[in-house]
Order: sequence, then structure tokens, then C-alpha cells
Amino acid sequence: MISLVGNNLTAGYGGIDIIKEINLEVNEGEIVVIVGPNGAGKSTAMKALLGMLKLTSGFVEYSKKEITTMLPQNRINLGLAFVPQTQNVFTGMTVEENLEMGGFLRKDEITHTINDIFNLFPILKEKRNQNTGELSGGQRQQVAFGRALMTKPKILMLDEPTAGVSPIVMDELFSRIIEVRKTGVGILMVEQNAKQALNIADRGYVLVNGRNSREGSGEELLNNSEVRKSFLGG
Amino acid sequence: MIDFLNSIVVLLNFIIIPGIAYGSQLALGALGVTFVYAILRFANFAHGEIMSFGAMITILFTWFFQSQNINLGILPTALLALPIGIIATIILCIISDKFVFQYYRYQKSVPVVLAMVSIGVMFVINAIIRIIIGTETIKFSDGQKFIMKAKQFKVMTGLNEGLALKSSQVITILITIVLLTFTFWFLQKTKTGKSMRAFSDNEDLALLSGINPDKVVFTTWIIVGVLACVAGTLYGLDKSYKPIIYLNLVLPIFASAIVGGIGNPFGAVVGGYVIAFSEIMVTYAYKKFLVYLLPSPLEPTGLVQLLSTDYKFAVSFSILVIVLLIRPSGIFKGRVL
Amino acid sequence: MIKFESYEWIAIAIMISLFIFVGFIQGWSVSLVILNMCIISAIMTMGVNISWGYAGVINFGVMGFLAMGGLAAVIVSYPPITESWQVGGRGLGISFILLVILVIAVMYINKIVTKKRNRYLLNTIVIFFGILLIRHFYLTATDNIEDVNPAIAGFLGGLGLPIIFSWIVGGFFAAGVAFIIGKVALGLRSDYLAIVTLGISEIVVSVLKHEEWLSRGVKNVIGLKRPVPYEINLQNADWFINLVTYLNSTKLNNIIDTSDRQQVLNNLIIDGSGIFVKLSYALLFLIVMVIIFYFANKAQLSPWGRMMRAIRDNETAANAMGKDIVKQHLIIFVIGAAIVGVAGAMLVTLDGLFTPSGYRPLRFTFIIWIMVIVGGSGNNLGAIFGGFVIWFSWIEAAPLTTFIINQLTAGLEPTNALKLHLLDSVPYFRYLFMGLILLLILRYRPKGIIPEKIRHS
Repeated sequence: MISLVGNNLTAGYGGIDIIKEINLEVNEGEIVVIVGPNGAGKSTAMKALLGMLKLTSGFVEYSKKEITTMLPQNRINLGLAFVPQTQNVFTGMTVEENLEMGGFLRKDEITHTINDIFNLFPILKEKRNQNTGELSGGQRQQVAFGRALMTKPKILMLDEPTAGVSPIVMDELFSRIIEVRKTGVGILMVEQNAKQALNIADRGYVLVNGRNSREGSGEELLNNSEVRKSFLGG
Repeated sequence: MIDFLNSIVVLLNFIIIPGIAYGSQLALGALGVTFVYAILRFANFAHGEIMSFGAMITILFTWFFQSQNINLGILPTALLALPIGIIATIILCIISDKFVFQYYRYQKSVPVVLAMVSIGVMFVINAIIRIIIGTETIKFSDGQKFIMKAKQFKVMTGLNEGLALKSSQVITILITIVLLTFTFWFLQKTKTGKSMRAFSDNEDLALLSGINPDKVVFTTWIIVGVLACVAGTLYGLDKSYKPIIYLNLVLPIFASAIVGGIGNPFGAVVGGYVIAFSEIMVTYAYKKFLVYLLPSPLEPTGLVQLLSTDYKFAVSFSILVIVLLIRPSGIFKGRVL
Repeated sequence: MIKFESYEWIAIAIMISLFIFVGFIQGWSVSLVILNMCIISAIMTMGVNISWGYAGVINFGVMGFLAMGGLAAVIVSYPPITESWQVGGRGLGISFILLVILVIAVMYINKIVTKKRNRYLLNTIVIFFGILLIRHFYLTATDNIEDVNPAIAGFLGGLGLPIIFSWIVGGFFAAGVAFIIGKVALGLRSDYLAIVTLGISEIVVSVLKHEEWLSRGVKNVIGLKRPVPYEINLQNADWFINLVTYLNSTKLNNIIDTSDRQQVLNNLIIDGSGIFVKLSYALLFLIVMVIIFYFANKAQLSPWGRMMRAIRDNETAANAMGKDIVKQHLIIFVIGAAIVGVAGAMLVTLDGLFTPSGYRPLRFTFIIWIMVIVGGSGNNLGAIFGGFVIWFSWIEAAPLTTFIINQLTAGLEPTNALKLHLLDSVPYFRYLFMGLILLLILRYRPKGIIPEKIRHS
């Protein structure tokens, strides 16, 4: 079974540690959500897993192999994929070109994968030759999603995929995420819309002040009164 | 009717043909500047000297071929030497990247620092050129000079006005068409070209997609080397080769790139023609043209010139300033390859 | 008070010893010629350093501001040419008034016409016909002026005042141009600003090159009056002869033959007069340099200087604090340009002639920037040091290159083609040195030789 595990991750910017001794784990075929108040280090934790910032201490394992010092590009090659929160598409390129760039490292034929993604997001097929910069926020998010899926990742990381989109689009995106999970991909996401995210999550982590505060199944966390009180809005 | 035709010939001869030729040279130069800006993200002040270097190597090999009695018949020998010049220019670009620019790229220096660095490179290349070839003006075009002489045209058409067509102009235009077609095909259709566009568009995301920045930069320098050498050689072939002129050429080239929208290759090409035509049109004396069109009582007495030719150069800059004020991102939105 | 660190004292000592060294090797006259240009370069460098080093505002228009300073020197010191004023003064006056009216008209249109398209259209029409009208008066006037005795005059001349006033006027001229440029271009990203200032400086120089009625253009203005004595007058002045005799008394007393002694004395007086003139220049320049240095340092240490640094280091934060960044940038850009303008007037004063075609960006913009970067941006002493060291290397590069080439090719025949070619190319090696110095400094000492002192305030 493929899994991505972060053990005792401590990291930050400019000498100040933002996350402290955090443990995270995501396995193939499950949706894991990181929630927590603003500034809790959710996105930082995800970037640490991907190798986008240097760890002060701790280590990262992919399928029991240590990859702590591996470059992000090489982790992509290994089967990780990441969708940043903002600037996650090539705005000057068409939808199809975005997908091609997602599959840049693939040596084999990628048209099948592109078609798979078009099946998953039919709207993209319609707009395949349109510049991504001209699409709506939700459509762009789908392109970003599709681009990340082009490498056929085993673990997909999403940084606030629903930030700034309308509730209808959010529901749509979440249902896509569930569909992606069905293909066996493990999904780790950071979400502001904690309630909806925990609804579809298999497991969840609550981070507070850069530390693990609580973890459990999505349902458990949703029903936990303390979690509800602190940031699910009662 | 004859007057009308004559006036058209005047326009063709003094504005349109020279404008297209000069515009092509600027467009190729601006395209090189825009590539560096889009991928390496700095204003490369050394670009004029890179062009000059390419032209110099081409000239040296033109001389060599001439001394060996190798030529292309009616075509200038420089065309035979051009590929060697291109290779040398590419090597120059890659060497300057390896020894100079790469360090600052890895350091993630701000663009201004890289621009300063490019000034250092400009000085060094400038010195190398002067040490090798001096500062004299060099004419190196041989073969048949004119495709059509003004006199031939007059005899052929029976018009008062002649239309001269220099072979250097025709060669410039043809090579530009080929090179631009190839460049845009490369950017739009090949995987490497697309990866360059992606890198220019969103560097972080390109890295996340596994695009190798070193490879993108390497390819960029190859393209820049080709464009710079061809632009430099064509300019020298059309006018004459003067090592000091290329520093002055940098400014209209930058103006073209910025007016078109810096970082946008299509914009750079359009900008090149915009700048070339405005320079020529604003400083052209329209008297001859109007004499043909207007009835004799209305004929102008003055030269009907908006600005004296002394200010040719100032025109490109005034346009740049106006564009920056009205539409800072250029005619086409900049910084997208 | 200004306190120097120990390494700064070392820098000062290096600068002084360079000139003493050259004085002994190549003669004091050469040494003083270099010194004078070094001081002027140092002032230019301080000007650039104020805008770039203090506030991070890039100014690639150095050449243009120097040329404006040079124009000031001509306008202040050249005697007025009444004939030119008679034939062209009125026409110029009319075109100037028309220009003012045009500007007011455009401003008025911008104020009352609110619809953007109408405004652009109306402006274009007004400007187009306005310029045609102005050109009519203007061209007649300037043609008349340029026809006045073209071999020696052909321009308006100046005010006939002592040239030293031009040092202040030059500052104002440059400041005026800088104000216009700043209004137009500040607020652009720094690399755009670099290109725009570079371009506008080219426009300034091309105006000076081609508007002959104003600056005599490429025909140059020669024979500007000096602020210091002329050699020939010194050689006939009793006090100077006595001074030279006194300074060399031991040497002269050893010569017994009277005619020999007179001969030696005459030579000493001729040499001495040259050195005296250069020393006088050096003294005047030094005074200006020290004054500017003093105020530049005071400004840097003041709350204003601190605010400038704050803006430079974090524009967003400064903006949030309610600082009007564009206005502050404009102020510092204008001040920096004014100092460059002062240096430009001094440069023309030293040469005694104004040659618009001599202003080339390589020599008058990029070299100055190398001085700033090498010396250390943000540090005034660094700016002076950069000015001295770079100008010194620029001049001494040729003898050094000749020496190196001769050493390297010592084994070759004197007629060897490569050797001859290299020796012919000696003047071009200075560009190589400049480029290499800049690249090495940017790589290994990016903050310059004497970096900015970080003050925690």
C-alpha cells in the first residue's frame, strides 16, 4: 500500500518555525483533511511534505522509503502531485496545453489520460482550446486539478481547492474529489470550509499553533464539541 | 492617375520598403530581448553587443570565404558565413550564462541586479569586439547589390518615380519570415516550446510539473543566439557594420519589446514594426508625395516634415514613454510567452 | 559629526597614495589631471548614489543630466550675442508664449472635458495645430539665429557671467529635467525606469546636438572663461615668479651660470603654472565635493534619510504607513540629478569647451554606475571611493595594458602581426577591465567595496 508519512516535521521560514513536530499520514484511496484556525501552519505542513521548504527536523517517507531530502520535482516523478492554492494554472496557455504540461515528465502516450480527465471534468473538454486565463474561477480550479492528475499520481495534495469559489462550485469540486478518490488516489487537502470538507473526509487532522491538536475520522471531528466550538461555528 | 501611381511609388520606395526591412531587424532583436525577459526575467542590456558579436564573426568568416574565392554568386557571401556566426553567438550566450548569469539565477537575485550584471557582460563583449575588429565601419555585402534599380523600374513602368529594391532588404524580409515562422511554430507546437511558455507563465507551477529550468534556460539562449546573430548580421548587411552602433540600437529594440508588451513574442514583432514605421514616418518629408497628389495651387512650400531626421531616434523613445503612460503592459499584454 | 571606521580611513589613504604614486612615476601634472576628473566623477557618483543607494530609485539618465549641467556652463558664461537676439529673440519669445498657451489649453481641456474619447480627440487636434503654428515662428527664428556669423557664433550665446555660477545653475537645469522625467516615469518598475531614463537622456543629448541656436550643436562651444588664472598670465606675474624662485631656491642657487639659471627658472615657471592651474581647479572641486559629502551624509542620518531607507527596504510597509512613495521618490530623484548636473557644469568648466556629441552612454552613464556599484551603494564615502578608483583604472588601464602585452609578447618579433594588432587595440582593453571589475564586484562583494553601514534606529 502506498502512503505518504510525515514524522515530527518542524519547519518554517527565515529561521522561525511555523510547524512543530507535526505528524501526518495519507494512504492511497482515502481523503485526509487538514483543518485548523488561520495561521495554524496547515499549508506550511503540506509544503513541508512536498519538499518545498527545508525541514529543521523530522523526516518524510513515501511507501516506507525516506525522501526527506528529495527535490519536489523528483517527488512528482515518484507519484506525488500538488495543486497550489493560487496561481495554479498557466493562464497564458489553453486548457489542453495545461494538461500537457502536467504530463510533461511522462514518457508514454498521454492522450488517454487527457481523455480520462475530460471525462471527469466534461466542461474542460468543451473549453479545451480556450486560454485558461479566460475561464471562471471554478473552471480554472478544475484545470488545476486536471493538470495535477496528469502524472497519474498516487497521492494528490490540494491547498484550499475551494478558496474563493461559490458554494455551488464548491459542492461540484468536492464531488469530483470523491470521484478521484474512487480511482485509488490518496488525497490530502487543506480546507477553510472545514465542515464540508470533513463531511467527505475519511480522516482529519486539526492543527493549532503549528502543532497536532487532534485527529480522527471526519465524523468524529465533526461531532467533537470542542472542534465545533473553536472553528466550525458552533 | 499617373500622379497617383507616382505618389504610391514614392511611399513604397521611401517609407514602406525601408520600414519593413528596418522593422524586421528590430523585430528580431526585440524578440531576443523578450525571450530573455520572459524566461530569465531581466532586461538584457548586453543584447546589442551579442548582436554585434554575431555580425562580427559572420564578417570574419565572410572575409575568409572571400579570400578562398568561395561565394554564393549573386547572393552575399555573408549568408554562407551566417551559420558559423550563429553557432559562435550561441556559444557566447551559453558561456555568459554559465559563468555569469546562472549564479544570480540560483541566488534568485532581483531583476535589477541581473540588469546590472548584463551591463558588465555588455562591457566585456564590447571590449572583445573592439579588440578583435576595431571600431571602423565595415561594408561586407557583396554579390548583386540591387534586385531592381530605380532606373530599371522607371524604364519598365514609364513612371517618373523609381523604385529601388536592394537585395539586402529582400534577404532581410525573407529570412525574417522564415525565422519568425519557425520560432512561433516551435513555441506553439513542440513540447520544449510549450514548456518554455509554461515556465514564463508560472515558474513555480512549471517546476511542480517537472519542467527542468536549466533545460528551458539553455534552449532560450540557443534561440536568443540565433535571433541576435541574424538580426545583427542583417542590420550590418543592410546599412553597414559599425561596432558602436549596436549600443544605440539597444534602445529602439527595448522600445519595440516594451511597446509590444515585454515578454510577449508576438508583441515584440509588432512593436518592432511599429517603432520602425513611426521613426520613418514622423521624420519623412512628405513634400514629394503631396506634390503628386494635390492640385498645383495647394502644393506645399515647406518640406512637410513633422520632425527633422535628427530626431529619428527620439521618436522611438517618445512612443515608448507614451505607451508606458497609457498602457503600461504594452499593446499586447506582456510577460506571457 | 561624521565618523569614519578604520577601513574607511584605509580607503582614504589608498586614494591619496594613488595620486602620490602617479605623481612620482608619471609626473605631478598627470596626477593632478587624473585627480580633477576623479573628484568630478566622485560628485557624479554621489548624485547617483543618493537616489539609488538611499532610496533604490534607479537613474540611468546620468548622461542627460551631465549634458544639462554642461549647457548651463555655456549659458551662464558665454558672452551674449546681441545680433542673434535681435534677429531671433522675438520669434523665440512668441513661440515660447504660444507653447505656454498650448500647455494651458491642454490642461484646461483635461479639466473641462470629462469624456475620455472626446478629451483625447480634442487634445490631439489642439496639440497638432498648436505645434504647426509654433514651428512656423520657431523655425524662422532659429534659422535666423543660426545664420548669424555661423563660423564662430550662430547661437544665442549666454549671459557672460563668471562660469562658477553655472555650477549652481547646472544643478537647477538638471533638476528641472529630472522633475519632468520623474513626473512621467517614476512609479514604473525599476527595470522599465532604467530603460526610460536611459532613453530620455538620449533625447536630451540629441536636442543639444541638433538645436544649434541654443547650444551650437555639433559645432561645439569653445573658449569658455575659466574660474582660475590662465597659465600665460601666471608666467608673467611677479608674485608667481617670486613664489617659484622661493620654492626652488636651493636648486637654483646651485647653478652658477646666470643664463643657465634663467633657463631652468623659465622651465620651472612653465611647469609650475600648469600645476598651479590644476591645483586651483582641484581645490575648487574639493570644496564642492566636501560640501556635498557633508550634506549628503547629514541627510542620510536624518529622519528623512531613515524614511528613505524604510521605503527602499519595504515599499509595501512604507505605503501602509501612509508615506507618499512616488512623491518621495520624485524628490530624491531630482536631488540626485541636480548633483549630477553640478558635476556636469564642473566638467565643462574644467574642459573649457562644450561638445554635445561627446556625451555617450557608455562613458557617461554606465561607467558612473560601475563607480556606484564598485564603491558601495548607500555609502557616500564608498561613492567617492568608487569614483576615484574607477576613473583611476579607466585612465591607467592603457599604460597597464601596454605593459602587460609587451611582457606577454616579449618573445615575439617586434613586427609580429598579433603583437602589433594587440598594441593597436590597447585603448579598448579598458572596457574589458571595467566589465570584469563590475562582474567580479557583483559576484564577490555585491554590496560594494565600502558597503552601507547598517544603522539600527
